[in-house]
Amino acid sequence: MLLEVNGIQQRYGDSEVLKDINLGVERGEVFVVIGPTGSGKTTLLRLIGLLDKPASGKIYFSGREVPDSEKARLELRRRMAVVFQKPAVFNASVYNNVAYGLKIRRIKGAGLRDKVINALETVGLSGYEKRNARTLSGGEAQRVALARAMVIEPELLLLDEPTANLDPVSTSNVENLLSQVIQKLDTTVIMSTHDMFQGQRLAHRMGVLMAGQMLQTGDPREIFSSPQDREVAEFVGMENILSGVIASNEEGMVTININGNVIEAISSLSPGEEVHACIRPEEIILTHAKEPTSARNTFPAVITRIVLFGPLARVEMDCGFPLVALITKRSAEEMALQTGTYIHASFKATGVHIITR
Amino acid sequence: MSEIGDAFVTALRLIFTGDPEVLAITARTLGISCSSTFFAALIFVPVGCLIHFNNFRGKRLLVSIIQTFYALPTVFVGLLVFITFSRAGPLGGLGILFTPQVMVIGQVVLISPIITGLTISALSGVSTEIKDTAVSLGATRLQTVRTVLLEARYATVTAILVGFGRALSEVGLALMVGGNIRGFTRTLTTAMSLETSMGNLELSIALGLILITLALIVSVLVNRLQQR
Repeated sequence: MLLEVNGIQQRYGDSEVLKDINLGVERGEVFVVIGPTGSGKTTLLRLIGLLDKPASGKIYFSGREVPDSEKARLELRRRMAVVFQKPAVFNASVYNNVAYGLKIRRIKGAGLRDKVINALETVGLSGYEKRNARTLSGGEAQRVALARAMVIEPELLLLDEPTANLDPVSTSNVENLLSQVIQKLDTTVIMSTHDMFQGQRLAHRMGVLMAGQMLQTGDPREIFSSPQDREVAEFVGMENILSGVIASNEEGMVTININGNVIEAISSLSPGEEVHACIRPEEIILTHAKEPTSARNTFPAVITRIVLFGPLARVEMDCGFPLVALITKRSAEEMALQTGTYIHASFKATGVHIITR
Repeated sequence: MSEIGDAFVTALRLIFTGDPEVLAITARTLGISCSSTFFAALIFVPVGCLIHFNNFRGKRLLVSIIQTFYALPTVFVGLLVFITFSRAGPLGGLGILFTPQVMVIGQVVLISPIITGLTISALSGVSTEIKDTAVSLGATRLQTVRTVLLEARYATVTAILVGFGRALSEVGLALMVGGNIRGFTRTLTTAMSLETSMGNLELSIALGLILITLALIVSVLVNRLQQR
């Protein structure tokens, strides 16, 4: 284990920003912390990067507890690098920006030059050596910051929302670059983002940080398909979260009473338990007639609203309870769906994820 | 009116023919002001760094006091330095009252709040991300200070130039502790004050033109640096 965070708490004044965070990151792993803005991601990364000290709790780096003395912390800090959310470049040439970490490590001469040139090539900024870094665009500046962090070959690379301040085009460029760099560098990466899809694309493992608490960690698929509680479910885009009560359980096949409507799902919970039934909008199938299918749940519904975005259509329905389906725009057109259309919405019992309330 | 016009013409002639007295006074003034600015910068830019990079109780109050002292009356500093270096004063034994050395010391005291305070402002103008970046890339404390100071280089040089401008143009202090001794402690400002009171307008105007030109050069430099 390269990094272990043990019962970390942090407070600024009276507010508790991080509450009892426990986390372990293996060498070579890409761990992404996702969470909404203000959930404590930056605070956590600053603690891991040894830029701040926690109010309580311990951090272990390479199996060794991070000491209190500034000298020892500096030594450990020199094995890491951080890229911040706001692209920060020194008022100097691109070359000198990238060379910064090497120079303060007293690396000189041809070795220094080769490393800097290589790093600039990796981030696609060859030929920019002499430009003043302050004249670069946000995306370019962030690539300089990335090259500057990479060039010191850190054991742990910390990326704090590296694309949050960039426009969509720069975001996708930097994100592509990140995935290349992660592969090439073969280093341990801890990244934070509020963009859950970005997290999903880059992460080996993910942690959901909300209001200072690490609510769930696990592989991205698991977090997206089986969120542990309602907050995580909402954050990962689980749009259909229905509150109900388990009515029966026959050999793991449960029925859930949702305001008088009954849906079927798979669970080991006993009757009487209060639950949230979560259905991802892309798991819902829409048909005009009630057709025989293997899906255990089919409800007549009336469409209340259709929102188109890109190739997709988000269909909001009322079937005694509100339900949202995500289908392709083409399907919506071929089925001539519009507000007020009567249809049937189906989803499988296995497509229902159950969270106890 | 024509008298003043004639005085102007004579003044210009004094400047452009390289009058030895005018040249000597100008050189002495520059020497004293440059020395005091050099020593003040050497001491008080680091002091500014020390205040900026450390958090302590009363920091804001200290900065406020420093800023109040920007406009320290020159005669007040003159009095302090006079008392300190007069024969009966604590440093009277040095016997340097009415010498260029004591003028330099007085000017260092006079401009130290300006250089300290403007250095703190210059450093505060550097975004915290710069400091964090330096620290995160493994900079030591000293390397971090150096990096941030380097980011604030134009603003810091501006601070020093503003201090130089103040040292160059003050008169009360130079008169009180320098004594306006001809060929020894007489500067542009003290000479002007004396010559004007003696009705010697030509020399006064010549020295005034030189002083204004020097001040203008400083001001232009400050402006250019502030735009960077």
